[in-house]
Amino acid sequence: MYDVVIGLEVHCELKSNSKNFSGATNGYCEQPNTQVSPIDLGLPGIMPFVNKEAVKKAVKVAKALNCKVPSRMIFDRKNYFYPDLPKGYQITQVTEPVGQNGYVMIEVDGEIKKILIHDTHLEEDTANMEHMSNYSLINYNRCGVPLLETVTEPCMSSSKEAIAFLETYRTILLYLGVSDARADQGQIRCDVNISLKPKNSEKLGVRTEMKNINSFANVKIAIESEIRRQEEILSNGGIIEQETRRYDEVNDCTHLMRSKEDAIDYKYFIEPNIPPIPLTSDFLEEIEKEIPTLRYDRIVKYKDEYKLTEVEANTLTREKEISDYFEACINLGINYKTAANWITGPIISYLNKEEVPIDNIYLTPALLKELITMQEDGRISSKQAREVLEKVLEDKKPPVQVVDELGIKQIGDDNTIREIVIRLLDEHNDLVEDYKKGKNVFNFFVGSVMKETKGQANPAMTAKIVKEEIEKR
Amino acid sequence: MEYMNKTIDEIRKALDSKEITSEELFVEAKEKALKYQSTYNSFVTILEDYQNEKINTTVLSGIPYALKDNFSTTGILTTASSNILKDYVPIYDATAYKKLKEAGAILVGKTVLDELAMGGTGTTGHTGVVRNPWDKNRLIGGSSAGSAASVALGIVPFALGSDTGDSIRKPAAFGGVVGFKPTYGRISRFGLFAFASSLDHVGCFTRSVKDAAYVTDILKGKDEHDMTSLNDDGKAYSETLNNDITGRKLFYIKEACNLELYKNSNDPELLETLNKFQETIAKAKEIGFEVEEVEFGKDLLEALYPTYMSISCAEATSNYANLTGIQFGVRGVGKSIEDIMFDARTKGFSELIKRRFILGSYILQRENQEKLFKNAGRIRRMIVNRMNELFKTYDGLLMPASGGIAPKFGETSDQLSDRYLILENHLVIGNFGGFPSITIPSGFVNEMPISVNITGRVMEDDVVLNMANKLEEALGYKGLVKEEQ
Repeated sequence: MYDVVIGLEVHCELKSNSKNFSGATNGYCEQPNTQVSPIDLGLPGIMPFVNKEAVKKAVKVAKALNCKVPSRMIFDRKNYFYPDLPKGYQITQVTEPVGQNGYVMIEVDGEIKKILIHDTHLEEDTANMEHMSNYSLINYNRCGVPLLETVTEPCMSSSKEAIAFLETYRTILLYLGVSDARADQGQIRCDVNISLKPKNSEKLGVRTEMKNINSFANVKIAIESEIRRQEEILSNGGIIEQETRRYDEVNDCTHLMRSKEDAIDYKYFIEPNIPPIPLTSDFLEEIEKEIPTLRYDRIVKYKDEYKLTEVEANTLTREKEISDYFEACINLGINYKTAANWITGPIISYLNKEEVPIDNIYLTPALLKELITMQEDGRISSKQAREVLEKVLEDKKPPVQVVDELGIKQIGDDNTIREIVIRLLDEHNDLVEDYKKGKNVFNFFVGSVMKETKGQANPAMTAKIVKEEIEKR
Repeated sequence: MEYMNKTIDEIRKALDSKEITSEELFVEAKEKALKYQSTYNSFVTILEDYQNEKINTTVLSGIPYALKDNFSTTGILTTASSNILKDYVPIYDATAYKKLKEAGAILVGKTVLDELAMGGTGTTGHTGVVRNPWDKNRLIGGSSAGSAASVALGIVPFALGSDTGDSIRKPAAFGGVVGFKPTYGRISRFGLFAFASSLDHVGCFTRSVKDAAYVTDILKGKDEHDMTSLNDDGKAYSETLNNDITGRKLFYIKEACNLELYKNSNDPELLETLNKFQETIAKAKEIGFEVEEVEFGKDLLEALYPTYMSISCAEATSNYANLTGIQFGVRGVGKSIEDIMFDARTKGFSELIKRRFILGSYILQRENQEKLFKNAGRIRRMIVNRMNELFKTYDGLLMPASGGIAPKFGETSDQLSDRYLILENHLVIGNFGGFPSITIPSGFVNEMPISVNITGRVMEDDVVLNMANKLEEALGYKGLVKEEQ
């Protein structure tokens, strides 16, 4: 049996108005080669200028990953020939990555695990290439888009852990608002390193690398497929060659891309056209202030402080916007549990059904509070509150107005209800007798009152009055 | 009446007094360019039509000039004198070109260089060799060969060049004109085809120090496209040229200039050049300079050439990795993408260029980088530190720009003699440290011009120009032109 050792390199495109080193637009665009500047094309004489926004976002991620951030930003050139890289080199960071020696906490099957981050560095994306039978097409829209690469230590031991890390990392990016991290648009991509070693052995085995896996689901499958391949080789007494492999989705296996002997020497050297950019302590502090409480810490808080369940805490924090909404509710004084119930229940099912983000719905935390208050004051029943909520979301009208328009008015008046109860008790003397024999007849009387009042009687009050009056008989 | 053989001041006066129009100047420059082209081959492209969108009040407005063919010019062929770019027409403007356009200067043509600016002879351009106006059988030097020749011939009063090792200042010396490269970053490099980014400078050729100041005043300043460009220092260099230089201290390098070293030399041109240099020193002292001989450090001086080659070839392999014929340039043929690029680069570059790329690639290889590339960087730092130490005492380094006159075509040089190792290579010190550095004519040897060079402290472009202007006045070679009889 073998221990599996996995390391990940995750590439993620950062959001910004312009590209990392040019003024061309950074954004997804269907029309090829429309967001391109001479700089992206690597025309003779071009020079890079660094996008400050991208630097800021990279620093933000580095900080969120608990990395050491150097006092200056320097870039290096990674040299290789391929048409997706028109300059003939990629501007990246090797000498001094923006984030070094960090960690992130993940949860796998209820266990907390610390994943070590080797580094995170800012670089530029390459162009897209599409290879046809006897020609290739190049789309430079993506060329030069700010790309953040985060490299973990080889410290994961299963595809489950790898996926948990990827999910956690993606959520961090989303919480920080630095990327949309959409795999379907190629914004987040992953290289996986895998090696196997005899169980409990100290010495790492020979690793293989799989490049550019474009979805988390495929990462899982690819890892499992490669583990199988290595296991088979090792248990047959074979040896693993250090090589780069490509995952083949169609046949669910990996193919050799290039062996160690063919490894490219990228001839890194410091980019001479970008003088070191100082990262002052003021600048770093300013960025630190912009980092929100991240998901992991929110879950801990919701469980420990707000006494919410695991499921509730997880659901509420899956998206930062929902978690922020929940916290806005708490700040308005809504009870933790009540807010959690409303949000994880009807509100999230509405979001899922309509496929809208929580920021776009009409029901603000203040309006939710209005609704909850009406229910707590006994003006509407909990069943009615659900109806009102639906109407509020659909008609985009405040709860008070919806209650008026629906003609829902709870009868909270003691005398009105008492009159009906006394009459009903008179009419159903037999049931009063049953009660005295120990039978439960409350539901019948409460139900009858609701029927007569078209559901407008306050159920709690009705039950109380029924009990008082029946006791008198 | 001719104007193109005059200085900018004189031409300015003629324009302002309506004695001549800008268009007439262009025609004169163009006709001269065409007339000299078959003999001297200064130009890759001579523009057909006069174009001036912006007549204004700058000193350069309406004045024709030439541009080295490695500056990006929208819609105008820009070849860097290389076959791989022989049909390349840029789609954007270099900042220096744009600034001249905005100042109203009139482009006459694009000048020949050593292929990709990598060379010092002016003989490796894809359109043929550039000849020295003072002697057709001699080279003018490079890489900014055509720019130097066009100013020396009186085709234009000024031309732009680029200087990575000595590519402006050496051909200026061989052509008997002024060649100035200011402090690194003073003029934006955006749009200059990068050769070795940490050493590349934009600069100019003129026929007077004052004209070099005029051109630099227009070109300098921060450019958002070049992160290494300097903020404008707010000075007008052309206005402080006559400041008093009394007491300014200059030094020259003993290991290169001391006559004792060459006792056994059988190179009369070298000896005469060095004797003339002593005469220049005497004249400098007469007008108030203090000049001293300084021992620089022979080890450092002998390291100049290998250090330069290591850094420049390494950076060049990366900078010119964009020349694959895929995005632009001459497309190669082949079955795979790799084959197509391989073919384009095999056919597109001369042997010399390929040799330098191989050298650069070797120097950058993982196993060699520490020893070759990084050590070169360390030596560069030591040399710059030595200069800065001397600059605590001295305002400038005064040196003969070359150990002799322009060589004849095919003349072989003894690369390892002190003359070639130090006297022919010291100008690179200016590139290592980004120091402002200017070459001005200082006399003749065998009817060929010789020159001296002044290199000053970083940022003190004004001081260097001021000192050079005073020395130029004392030497009396301002406005030197070689016109065919």
